[in-house]
Amino acid sequence: MTTMAAKTTTATTQVYRVYIKATPEAVWDAITNPDWTDRYGYGGRAQYDLRPGGAYRGLANAGMRAMGAPEVAVDGEVIEADPPRKLVQTWRMVMGEAMAAEGFTRLTYEIEAGKGGVTKLTVVHELEGAPQVALLVSGGMEDQGAGGGWSWVLSGLKTVLETGASLDPLPAAHD
Amino acid sequence: MDDDDRVFRALADPTRRLLLDRLFARDGRTLTDLESGLEMTRFGVMKHLKVLEGADLVVARRSGREKLHFLNPVPIRLIHDRWIDKYTERRVAALTELKNQLEEDTA
Repeated sequence: MTTMAAKTTTATTQVYRVYIKATPEAVWDAITNPDWTDRYGYGGRAQYDLRPGGAYRGLANAGMRAMGAPEVAVDGEVIEADPPRKLVQTWRMVMGEAMAAEGFTRLTYEIEAGKGGVTKLTVVHELEGAPQVALLVSGGMEDQGAGGGWSWVLSGLKTVLETGASLDPLPAAHD
Repeated sequence: MDDDDRVFRALADPTRRLLLDRLFARDGRTLTDLESGLEMTRFGVMKHLKVLEGADLVVARRSGREKLHFLNPVPIRLIHDRWIDKYTERRVAALTELKNQLEEDTA
Protein backbone atom coordinates (compact mmCIF):
# COMPACT_ATOMS: atom_id res chain seq x y z
CA MET A 1 0.00 0.00 0.00
CA THR A 2 1.18 3.51 -0.71
CA THR A 3 -1.03 5.59 1.52
CA MET A 4 0.37 8.53 3.48
CA ALA A 5 -0.30 6.67 6.70
CA ALA A 6 1.72 3.68 5.56
CA LYS A 7 4.84 5.82 5.20
CA THR A 8 4.79 6.88 8.82
CA THR A 9 4.73 3.39 10.29
CA THR A 10 7.69 1.45 11.61
CA ALA A 11 7.89 -1.83 9.78
CA THR A 12 11.35 -2.69 11.09
CA THR A 13 10.54 -2.90 14.79
CA GLN A 14 9.28 -6.11 16.38
CA VAL A 15 7.51 -6.15 19.74
CA TYR A 16 7.00 -9.21 21.94
CA ARG A 17 5.25 -9.46 25.28
CA VAL A 18 4.85 -12.24 27.80
CA TYR A 19 3.50 -12.47 31.34
CA ILE A 20 5.51 -14.59 33.75
CA LYS A 21 4.63 -15.76 37.24
CA ALA A 22 7.93 -14.69 38.79
CA THR A 23 9.43 -11.59 40.36
CA PRO A 24 10.99 -8.85 38.20
CA GLU A 25 14.34 -9.78 39.77
CA ALA A 26 13.96 -13.39 38.63
CA VAL A 27 13.09 -12.25 35.09
CA TRP A 28 16.11 -9.92 35.07
CA ASP A 29 18.30 -12.80 36.20
CA ALA A 30 16.90 -15.11 33.53
CA ILE A 31 17.97 -12.58 30.88
CA THR A 32 21.37 -11.58 32.24
CA ASN A 33 22.70 -14.56 34.23
CA PRO A 34 24.45 -17.22 32.13
CA ASP A 35 23.30 -20.01 34.47
CA TRP A 36 19.76 -19.12 33.37
CA THR A 37 20.35 -18.19 29.73
CA ASP A 38 21.76 -21.63 28.92
CA ARG A 39 18.45 -23.22 29.94
CA TYR A 40 16.02 -21.81 27.36
CA GLY A 41 15.85 -20.57 23.79
CA TYR A 42 19.13 -20.89 21.91
CA GLY A 43 20.72 -22.05 25.14
CA GLY A 44 23.96 -20.10 25.01
CA ARG A 45 25.54 -18.42 28.00
CA ALA A 46 25.18 -14.63 28.11
CA GLN A 47 28.06 -12.45 29.28
CA TYR A 48 27.02 -8.96 30.33
CA ASP A 49 29.04 -6.10 31.71
CA LEU A 50 25.93 -4.36 33.06
CA ARG A 51 26.85 -0.69 32.74
CA PRO A 52 26.58 1.81 29.87
CA GLY A 53 29.26 0.96 27.33
CA GLY A 54 29.76 -2.50 28.86
CA ALA A 55 30.25 -5.45 26.56
CA TYR A 56 27.62 -8.08 25.80
CA ARG A 57 28.42 -11.47 24.35
CA GLY A 58 25.96 -14.26 23.68
CA LEU A 59 27.95 -17.47 23.43
CA ALA A 60 27.07 -20.29 21.07
CA ASN A 61 25.74 -23.38 22.84
CA ALA A 62 27.63 -26.67 22.86
CA GLY A 63 25.60 -28.11 20.00
CA MET A 64 26.29 -25.11 17.78
CA ARG A 65 30.01 -25.24 18.55
CA ALA A 66 30.08 -28.96 17.79
CA MET A 67 28.75 -28.03 14.36
CA GLY A 68 31.56 -25.54 13.83
CA ALA A 69 29.96 -22.36 15.13
CA PRO A 70 32.27 -19.69 16.55
CA GLU A 71 32.41 -19.22 20.32
CA VAL A 72 30.49 -15.93 20.18
CA ALA A 73 27.10 -16.01 18.42
CA VAL A 74 25.92 -12.51 19.25
CA ASP A 75 27.77 -9.42 20.41
CA GLY A 76 26.84 -5.90 21.40
CA GLU A 77 27.11 -3.16 23.97
CA VAL A 78 25.00 -2.23 26.97
CA ILE A 79 23.35 1.18 26.56
CA GLU A 80 21.26 1.29 29.74
CA ALA A 81 21.06 -1.16 32.64
CA ASP A 82 18.44 -0.43 35.29
CA PRO A 83 17.91 -3.71 37.17
CA PRO A 84 15.32 -5.14 37.41
CA ARG A 85 13.34 -2.75 35.19
CA LYS A 86 15.06 -1.98 31.94
CA LEU A 87 17.94 -3.18 29.80
CA VAL A 88 18.84 -1.48 26.53
CA GLN A 89 21.65 -2.82 24.38
CA THR A 90 22.94 -3.19 20.86
CA TRP A 91 22.74 -6.68 19.40
CA ARG A 92 24.56 -8.08 16.39
CA MET A 93 24.31 -11.62 15.11
CA VAL A 94 27.86 -12.61 14.24
CA MET A 95 27.18 -16.24 13.32
CA GLY A 96 27.00 -16.13 9.53
CA GLU A 97 28.62 -13.47 7.38
CA ALA A 98 25.46 -12.04 5.82
CA MET A 99 23.81 -11.43 9.17
CA ALA A 100 27.01 -10.07 10.70
CA ALA A 101 27.21 -7.62 7.81
CA GLU A 102 23.79 -6.23 8.73
CA GLY A 103 25.43 -4.77 11.81
CA PHE A 104 24.10 -3.74 15.20
CA THR A 105 20.41 -3.70 16.00
CA ARG A 106 18.89 -2.21 19.15
CA LEU A 107 17.23 -4.37 21.75
CA THR A 108 15.20 -3.24 24.77
CA TYR A 109 13.88 -5.39 27.61
CA GLU A 110 11.18 -3.76 29.77
CA ILE A 111 10.23 -5.54 32.99
CA GLU A 112 7.19 -4.45 35.00
CA ALA A 113 5.76 -5.96 38.17
CA GLY A 114 2.04 -6.63 37.84
CA LYS A 115 -0.77 -7.93 40.00
CA GLY A 116 -0.69 -11.33 41.67
CA GLY A 117 3.05 -11.87 41.41
CA VAL A 118 2.97 -11.75 37.63
CA THR A 119 5.65 -9.80 35.79
CA LYS A 120 5.20 -8.28 32.35
CA LEU A 121 8.18 -8.61 30.04
CA THR A 122 8.22 -6.63 26.80
CA VAL A 123 10.97 -7.08 24.22
CA VAL A 124 11.38 -4.40 21.56
CA HIS A 125 13.82 -5.24 18.80
CA GLU A 126 14.64 -2.41 16.38
CA LEU A 127 15.86 -4.02 13.19
CA GLU A 128 16.40 -1.23 10.73
CA GLY A 129 18.68 -2.34 7.92
CA ALA A 130 18.76 -5.94 9.17
CA PRO A 131 16.18 -7.88 7.12
CA GLN A 132 17.83 -11.29 7.58
CA VAL A 133 18.20 -10.91 11.31
CA ALA A 134 14.57 -9.69 11.39
CA LEU A 135 13.49 -12.90 9.67
CA LEU A 136 15.56 -15.01 12.07
CA VAL A 137 14.24 -13.38 15.25
CA SER A 138 10.65 -13.46 13.98
CA GLY A 139 10.92 -17.25 13.79
CA GLY A 140 10.75 -17.22 9.99
CA MET A 141 13.71 -19.59 9.70
CA GLU A 142 12.46 -22.21 12.15
CA ASP A 143 11.88 -24.81 9.43
CA GLN A 144 15.59 -24.55 8.62
CA GLY A 145 16.46 -25.51 12.17
CA ALA A 146 17.24 -21.95 13.20
CA GLY A 147 14.93 -21.88 16.21
CA GLY A 148 11.66 -20.03 16.60
CA GLY A 149 12.98 -16.55 17.29
CA TRP A 150 11.75 -14.30 20.09
CA SER A 151 8.36 -15.91 20.64
CA TRP A 152 10.05 -19.29 21.08
CA VAL A 153 12.75 -17.83 23.34
CA LEU A 154 10.20 -16.05 25.54
CA SER A 155 7.97 -19.12 25.71
CA GLY A 156 10.99 -21.08 26.95
CA LEU A 157 11.96 -18.35 29.40
CA LYS A 158 8.42 -18.38 30.85
CA THR A 159 8.43 -22.16 31.14
CA VAL A 160 11.82 -22.39 32.83
CA LEU A 161 10.96 -19.66 35.37
CA GLU A 162 7.50 -21.00 36.16
CA THR A 163 8.18 -24.74 36.18
CA GLY A 164 11.95 -25.10 36.36
CA ALA A 165 11.76 -27.33 33.30
CA SER A 166 13.46 -26.58 30.02
CA LEU A 167 11.66 -26.88 26.72
CA ASP A 168 13.55 -28.79 24.09
CA PRO A 169 16.81 -27.13 23.12
CA LEU A 170 17.28 -25.88 19.58
CA PRO A 171 14.96 -28.14 17.62
CA ALA A 172 16.22 -30.01 14.61
CA ALA A 173 14.86 -29.06 11.23
CA HIS A 174 11.63 -30.83 10.38
CA ASP A 175 12.12 -33.78 8.14
CA MET B 1 -11.38 -16.21 31.86
CA ASP B 2 -7.77 -17.35 31.62
CA ASP B 3 -5.13 -16.26 29.09
CA ASP B 4 -5.80 -19.09 26.64
CA ASP B 5 -9.55 -18.37 26.73
CA ARG B 6 -8.88 -14.76 25.82
CA VAL B 7 -6.66 -15.80 22.89
CA PHE B 8 -9.22 -18.24 21.49
CA ARG B 9 -12.05 -15.74 21.93
CA ALA B 10 -10.02 -13.03 20.19
CA LEU B 11 -9.23 -15.38 17.29
CA ALA B 12 -12.85 -16.49 16.92
CA ASP B 13 -13.73 -13.54 14.71
CA PRO B 14 -12.88 -13.03 11.03
CA THR B 15 -12.31 -9.26 11.32
CA ARG B 16 -9.85 -9.74 14.17
CA ARG B 17 -8.02 -12.43 12.23
CA LEU B 18 -7.87 -10.06 9.26
CA LEU B 19 -6.37 -7.35 11.46
CA LEU B 20 -3.71 -9.81 12.66
CA ASP B 21 -3.00 -10.80 9.06
CA ARG B 22 -2.53 -7.14 8.17
CA LEU B 23 -0.05 -6.72 11.01
CA PHE B 24 1.73 -9.90 9.99
CA ALA B 25 2.14 -8.48 6.47
CA ARG B 26 3.47 -5.22 7.90
CA ASP B 27 3.91 -4.54 11.57
CA GLY B 28 3.72 -1.35 13.60
CA ARG B 29 0.67 0.34 12.07
CA THR B 30 -1.63 3.14 13.15
CA LEU B 31 -5.38 2.76 13.57
CA THR B 32 -5.93 4.91 10.46
CA ASP B 33 -3.67 2.64 8.45
CA LEU B 34 -5.27 -0.54 9.80
CA GLU B 35 -8.85 0.55 9.09
CA SER B 36 -8.18 1.65 5.50
CA GLY B 37 -10.08 -0.51 3.05
CA LEU B 38 -12.14 -2.18 5.78
CA GLU B 39 -15.89 -1.81 5.55
CA MET B 40 -16.20 -0.93 9.18
CA THR B 41 -16.39 2.20 11.28
CA ARG B 42 -13.33 3.48 13.06
CA PHE B 43 -15.12 2.71 16.31
CA GLY B 44 -15.70 -0.89 15.20
CA VAL B 45 -12.03 -1.39 14.36
CA MET B 46 -11.04 0.16 17.70
CA LYS B 47 -13.30 -2.28 19.51
CA HIS B 48 -11.72 -5.24 17.75
CA LEU B 49 -8.22 -3.93 18.49
CA LYS B 50 -9.16 -3.63 22.17
CA VAL B 51 -10.11 -7.33 22.25
CA LEU B 52 -6.83 -8.22 20.51
CA GLU B 53 -4.90 -6.08 23.01
CA GLY B 54 -6.78 -7.70 25.89
CA ALA B 55 -5.55 -11.07 24.65
CA ASP B 56 -2.04 -9.63 24.16
CA LEU B 57 -2.10 -10.57 20.50
CA VAL B 58 -1.59 -6.89 19.74
CA VAL B 59 0.69 -4.57 21.70
CA ALA B 60 0.22 -0.81 21.19
CA ARG B 61 3.15 1.52 21.70
CA ARG B 62 3.54 5.28 21.40
CA SER B 63 6.00 6.58 18.86
CA GLY B 64 6.04 10.38 18.98
CA ARG B 65 2.44 11.46 18.45
CA GLU B 66 1.38 8.15 16.94
CA LYS B 67 0.07 4.99 18.52
CA LEU B 68 1.47 2.01 16.65
CA HIS B 69 0.05 -1.50 16.82
CA PHE B 70 2.33 -4.52 16.79
CA LEU B 71 1.48 -8.17 16.33
CA ASN B 72 2.56 -10.17 19.39
CA PRO B 73 2.77 -13.85 18.42
CA VAL B 74 3.89 -15.03 21.88
CA PRO B 75 0.41 -16.09 23.16
CA ILE B 76 -0.04 -18.29 20.09
CA ARG B 77 3.44 -19.70 20.58
CA LEU B 78 2.61 -20.54 24.20
CA ILE B 79 -0.45 -22.49 23.08
CA HIS B 80 1.68 -24.20 20.44
CA ASP B 81 4.49 -25.10 22.84
CA ARG B 82 2.20 -26.29 25.63
CA TRP B 83 -0.30 -28.34 23.68
CA ILE B 84 0.35 -28.88 20.04
CA ASP B 85 4.00 -29.75 20.46
CA LYS B 86 3.12 -32.23 23.12
CA TYR B 87 1.17 -34.71 21.08
CA THR B 88 0.19 -33.60 17.64
CA GLU B 89 2.98 -31.77 15.90
CA ARG B 90 3.90 -34.55 13.50
CA ARG B 91 0.32 -35.18 12.52
CA VAL B 92 -0.39 -31.46 12.17
CA ALA B 93 2.69 -31.06 9.98
CA ALA B 94 1.64 -33.99 7.81
CA LEU B 95 -1.87 -32.62 7.41
CA THR B 96 -0.60 -29.11 6.68
CA GLU B 97 1.66 -30.57 4.02
CA LEU B 98 -1.20 -32.54 2.50
CA LYS B 99 -3.41 -29.44 2.47
CA ASN B 100 -0.69 -27.39 0.75
CA GLN B 101 -0.14 -30.16 -1.77
CA LEU B 102 -3.84 -30.41 -2.60
CA GLU B 103 -4.22 -26.65 -2.88
CA GLU B 104 -1.22 -26.44 -5.17
CA ASP B 105 -2.64 -29.14 -7.39
CA THR B 106 -5.94 -27.34 -7.78
CA ALA B 107 -4.41 -23.87 -8.17
